[in-house]
Amino acid sequence: MAKPLAQTHIVRFLKDPKVASSLFTAKDWELLLRQARRTNLLSRIAFLIDKSKLIDQVPEPLGHQLNGATIIADSNLQSVHREVSKIYAALSEIKSPFVLLKGAAYVASRKNTAHGRLFSDVDIMVKKELLGVSEKALYRHGWITSKIDPYDQKYYRKWMHELPPMRNLKRRSELDVHHTIIPPTARLKPDVQKIWGASEPVPDYPGLFVLSPCDMVLHSATHLFHEGEFHQGLRDLSDLDSLLREHSDNDPDFWQRLPERAKELNLSRPLYYGLRYCRILFDTPIPDQCYQEISVAGAPSRLGILAMDWLLMKAMTPTCIHHPNRFVGIPNFILYVRSHYLRMPPNLLIPHLIRKAFKPE
Amino acid sequence: MLLSSTSSQQLRRQLAAEGVNLKVGPFCINLTSNLPVVSDGLVDFYGDYTVEPRDEVIDFYIQLKSPSILRRWIRPQTTFSFDGHLPFKPLPQAQAFAMFEWGLNWCVANNALQYLVIHSAVVEKGGKAFIFPGTPGSGKSTLCAGLISQGWRLLSDEMALISLTTGLVTPIPRPISLKNESIEIVRSLSKDIFVGSRIHDTAKGDVAHMRAPQNSVNKSTEQATPAAIIFPKYRKGAATELSTLSKGRTFIALADNSFNYHVLGSRAFNALTRLVDQCDCYNFTYQYLDEAYATMERLING
Repeated sequence: MAKPLAQTHIVRFLKDPKVASSLFTAKDWELLLRQARRTNLLSRIAFLIDKSKLIDQVPEPLGHQLNGATIIADSNLQSVHREVSKIYAALSEIKSPFVLLKGAAYVASRKNTAHGRLFSDVDIMVKKELLGVSEKALYRHGWITSKIDPYDQKYYRKWMHELPPMRNLKRRSELDVHHTIIPPTARLKPDVQKIWGASEPVPDYPGLFVLSPCDMVLHSATHLFHEGEFHQGLRDLSDLDSLLREHSDNDPDFWQRLPERAKELNLSRPLYYGLRYCRILFDTPIPDQCYQEISVAGAPSRLGILAMDWLLMKAMTPTCIHHPNRFVGIPNFILYVRSHYLRMPPNLLIPHLIRKAFKPE
Repeated sequence: MLLSSTSSQQLRRQLAAEGVNLKVGPFCINLTSNLPVVSDGLVDFYGDYTVEPRDEVIDFYIQLKSPSILRRWIRPQTTFSFDGHLPFKPLPQAQAFAMFEWGLNWCVANNALQYLVIHSAVVEKGGKAFIFPGTPGSGKSTLCAGLISQGWRLLSDEMALISLTTGLVTPIPRPISLKNESIEIVRSLSKDIFVGSRIHDTAKGDVAHMRAPQNSVNKSTEQATPAAIIFPKYRKGAATELSTLSKGRTFIALADNSFNYHVLGSRAFNALTRLVDQCDCYNFTYQYLDEAYATMERLING
């Protein structure tokens, strides 16, 4: 049986690499790397081992795995730079400003969380009124929509906050084009104008923006707690922890601003979850006052908290051979249904899920 | 300890429980499976390989099992798990051992970034390693099996592991995967060759494995210096012909045949430049194995 998430090697190591590894045997290092691979955190662990100067303690055969993970992260970073410059070239042609979201934004704004992070795609947000021309401009530069099924096309275009995922014909790279940060059919309705208003320009690239520090945190939390798949949950939560630490170091008023901004954007619930699980797993230094404020504004019922604790901790626990995470299918299924419930009202959701259940991938 | 010194019941028990730590080339694999096809395959093909102690550090954790209880009985299937990650769709259970071989190829190709990994067979004689990059149907496996029946050492039938630092080839001798017509051709080469039973209707047609020679397995830690890169082409009715290939074309063809060139970037460029510089490069068309042997002998001695 797998250990509770907070006691796993990967979580203990992310929290404090030196303390966690002080008593590590060769097999403990091996298990750390296995859990890291399963949670898509191997490159980040390689970065942390290097930064904490722990490499001499890692058994030799595992050194190859860490080197390999660093090489993958470097190659990934290069391709993000390349993709962003190509997207920039396409969208500046039609003077459509855009915001980089998630991983690519961490790179563009030089956040610590970009170190050793892997990216499967690039996410951007454009203005809704420019969505059509932006799509055409990207199309001219080689991106096409990959979901060709008419139902999927309709699902994205009518109900979602993004175009169907695009893929570059030559480089096979993926691009998600959003026009807001959460589906318009969702229960939470943040005002996208306010998000645009606070976004910050990226130096030397007129028309290119990243979210403001508070909004970056809120988007990361919203994304994590609205998604239906948690196999990358630990990675996303660790991103959130890193963003919180960095932003609060840079701005003494950050902890005061954050809950206020969450209320303003109607995103207190996801922020509550984000802060709760960062605190539990990574001891993120969140002041009590901030935590109190967001609990009042965003906490669900006590039963809701208990349920979420169990579901999330279970779903985020890595599964390795000989360390099975038994019955993880149950929380995964519940969280999947929950994500859709949050995303669409029942009259849209039920036909959608029935269709997904009976249509093979 | 050699795998063959374990009784087959003991092996089966260990495979189903904590797994067997198998040393394959430079890698240590922990293999878990409750499927008889897999333990039989190990007995047939991995008897000469070393089993490492339990606390050995593992490169790849691999498990082959039925996807569900239902699938154990009705149209039995197998899943391949790389430490909890399932990179492939399930296959019929009769293909479980072949799936282990394919899956292990995938693990090495995607994870062993200390090497430039090129899709090719590698054999060695007199300290010179010959690399035969493979496109499907080129007959690289048949040629490779033929050469080792003539006493050449098998380094790999599937992938050349080129060290990024030294440029040497690291051996990873494993069962040779034979397809369709080549199965009977290789079976009839010599009575010392063991070819397992045919596995029918795989994605690649019929497949059978040839056991790696014991002395090649015993020399798994002895690296070799690449001497020639030869692109084989089996063609019925063709005369045996060896023609020089330019270094530039060889470079591009090898980069195309590499599993990890795109990730390694400049490291791969440097390693491949060195490799192509130090090797003679050829296209090789053949129909008869005897003539192919003679050509390769001439190259080694020439």
